Amino acid sequence: MIAEAGLAALYLAAALALMQLAVSLVPALAPQAAQVARPLALAQGLLTAAAFACLIVLFVRTDLSVALVAANSHSAKPLLYRFAGTWGNHEGSMLLWVTVLALSGALLAVASRGIPERMLGATLGAQAALALGFYAFLLLASNPFARLDPAPVEGQGLNPLLQDPGLAFHPPTLYLGYVGLSVAFSLAVGALITRDVGPVLARAMRPWVLGSWVFLTVGIAAGSYWAYYELGWGGWWFWDPVENASLMPWLAATALLHSVSVLAARGGLRTWTMMLAVVAFSMSMVGTFLVRSGILTSVHAFAVDPTRGGFILALLLIYVGGALALFAWRAPAVGEGARFALVSREGALVLNNLLLSVILAVVFLGTLYPLMVEAATGEKLSVGPPYFDAVVGPLALLLMLLLVVGPLLRWRRHEAPLTKWVAPSLLAGVATLAATIILAPDISLLSRLGLVLGVALVPASLMPLAGRSLRRTPLATWGMAIAHLGVAVSVIGMASDSAFSRERLAAARPGEQLAVGPWLVAFNSVTPVAGPNWTAIEAELAVTQGGSERVLKPQARTFTSPVTETSEVAIATAWNGQLYTVLGRQSGQRWQLRLWWKPFVTLIWLGAGLIALGGLVSLIGRGWTNRRTRRRLAEAEL
Amino acid sequence: MSFKPKHQRLVLALSALVALIGAALLAMWGLKDRAAYFVTPSDIAAGKVAAGEPLRLGGMVASGSLRQLGDGVTLRFVVTDGKHQTVTSFRGIPPSLFKEGSGVVAEGRLKDGTFVADNILAKHDERYMPPQLGNEVATHAAERTVAQ
Repeated sequence: MIAEAGLAALYLAAALALMQLAVSLVPALAPQAAQVARPLALAQGLLTAAAFACLIVLFVRTDLSVALVAANSHSAKPLLYRFAGTWGNHEGSMLLWVTVLALSGALLAVASRGIPERMLGATLGAQAALALGFYAFLLLASNPFARLDPAPVEGQGLNPLLQDPGLAFHPPTLYLGYVGLSVAFSLAVGALITRDVGPVLARAMRPWVLGSWVFLTVGIAAGSYWAYYELGWGGWWFWDPVENASLMPWLAATALLHSVSVLAARGGLRTWTMMLAVVAFSMSMVGTFLVRSGILTSVHAFAVDPTRGGFILALLLIYVGGALALFAWRAPAVGEGARFALVSREGALVLNNLLLSVILAVVFLGTLYPLMVEAATGEKLSVGPPYFDAVVGPLALLLMLLLVVGPLLRWRRHEAPLTKWVAPSLLAGVATLAATIILAPDISLLSRLGLVLGVALVPASLMPLAGRSLRRTPLATWGMAIAHLGVAVSVIGMASDSAFSRERLAAARPGEQLAVGPWLVAFNSVTPVAGPNWTAIEAELAVTQGGSERVLKPQARTFTSPVTETSEVAIATAWNGQLYTVLGRQSGQRWQLRLWWKPFVTLIWLGAGLIALGGLVSLIGRGWTNRRTRRRLAEAEL
Repeated sequence: MSFKPKHQRLVLALSALVALIGAALLAMWGLKDRAAYFVTPSDIAAGKVAAGEPLRLGGMVASGSLRQLGDGVTLRFVVTDGKHQTVTSFRGIPPSLFKEGSGVVAEGRLKDGTFVADNILAKHDERYMPPQLGNEVATHAAERTVAQ
């Protein structure tokens, strides 16, 4: 019954989306479209949420008469993973996608004060068109509620590597980011249709972009940390197509975030912002296509199914093509933006946008190149870290250089010299350069420049707060400072990890002592242990750095259903970095142990956390100012 | 220097165009040298691969070829794509899903005819196989089963 109820809710939601699209398409209805579309969007959101809730119930109960549950779950699985298993598969994750899409449409319909009615009507129409494509995809090609008859006695389980709290909540976070960008897209389409591109649109769009960007940042950082501790090879970024799939929308959203600010504050960069809004959501769709079609050589390739890939590709072409056509048609009619000089805050933001777009383009081309070559010549190849490091590394450093100066420039035209403001950064950078040359002459150029620019950016990112009353500084400025500081912290962590990591690989007997970096590791014992659905061999390592002792227990696990082996690393986190330990195989009387000392590697994720926090602070700040402005306007009218 | 609105638009559009062309050129430059990053034992046998270049080698671990060396941490095995074989060495702890007869992707360099891997890629799924090899290896495995 629950499965049928879920399916019915999904059909109903699709029908409502069709109505929602229809009202925005009838010219006679256009002025009132928003009034009709509002309740439709709300009902549609609630119905998809109900359908998703049905699927969760089926998974939590392990209802094996549903094909999807039987293929991806198992009754012996811990509750958390039965729950998270709902979206740990193709159909479930697509249902999650459409649920988030419909709920953001509903939120837009309910909480959209300040958007002109006609623009809102057109926007909700665009949102409905997006949702319809995904409903069709689910109902025609990937029905999550399909029954299996006869029901099997036991399910096939969930890939043990996915049984991890970090990964359980990683996809929903990313989806909130991906799909939040759909609202920016729909708003851009709505504004282009009603020829109303201006600060009002930008102020409506900005919270969605900021919110999506925060979720994307958190999602990417969580994914990176998951790969780091779960896959056992100590790396935190891979340039895998699936990682690029989340990086590309983030890059576009970062550019959009900055240009939408110019539009909101200064009325400039109008067509530019519209273009970025289209590109950002297109990248979300490209990401979905890459992950869900399994079309690229990827160690992550989850779902290999050409029909589904084809479906998403078709949706991608329709939406992106349609939006670009609309853009080309209406862009000349978009009003002129405010003027600004080359050397100005706007100028720096344009340069920021250009650099981010170039990075996005080289990542995009590198990710899709194998696909293009295969289509053209039939030859199969893959593009990996050597390409991405070589082209993205220098561009990212250039972006950081801009980050030192950009926020200090004035809007419209900057004339005063910046010497006083840049001096601390210059000093910090030069000191770091000298220190790394003397203390670590052998590190790579990219790591060295990363350290120098990272350290230089620390004072620079705090400069916009200098000389102001901190209590009266707008939260948005705080947000910017925190996010930029986060970039500095992250880059220092990346450079430090690649420059200073130490590794010790040994075949050791229990009782032996090993040293790596500043750590002393005593290999005490190896014992068998058992968990809910796995058994493992566990090593006990007593680790010390300086004084106090800690015990680490890396494991080699064997899961029972399906039979899979995984290695569970154990990590000791100290203020100055992490000791990362992996237990390998037995060879004779000895056990393989891999020990890594990774100085300041934690800064990578701490920095990402700061970036997300900066976004959050800005988001709260914007909400605050908007409310205050509205209240003041209301008072003025009285 | 301040532009007239019309000129400002033009300058913006032109700089966007220049940036994108620059990106395309940069990508082409990068891809020219580094795109043949994924290789198979056949590519190595055909002499397509220069020694010392960073590469990703994909194939199957040949049955019966896996050996643990005396130091306890170095593995030696043969990667095969059904037609050719490459002797590979790896110092480290391989991912749990690494075993004889299953697919492998190793990162490293070719040195004196041996592929020296510094990383063996972990996989999400035990059924994973590099698509480059999918058909060839599957056919090969089927033939062998029939022969037995």
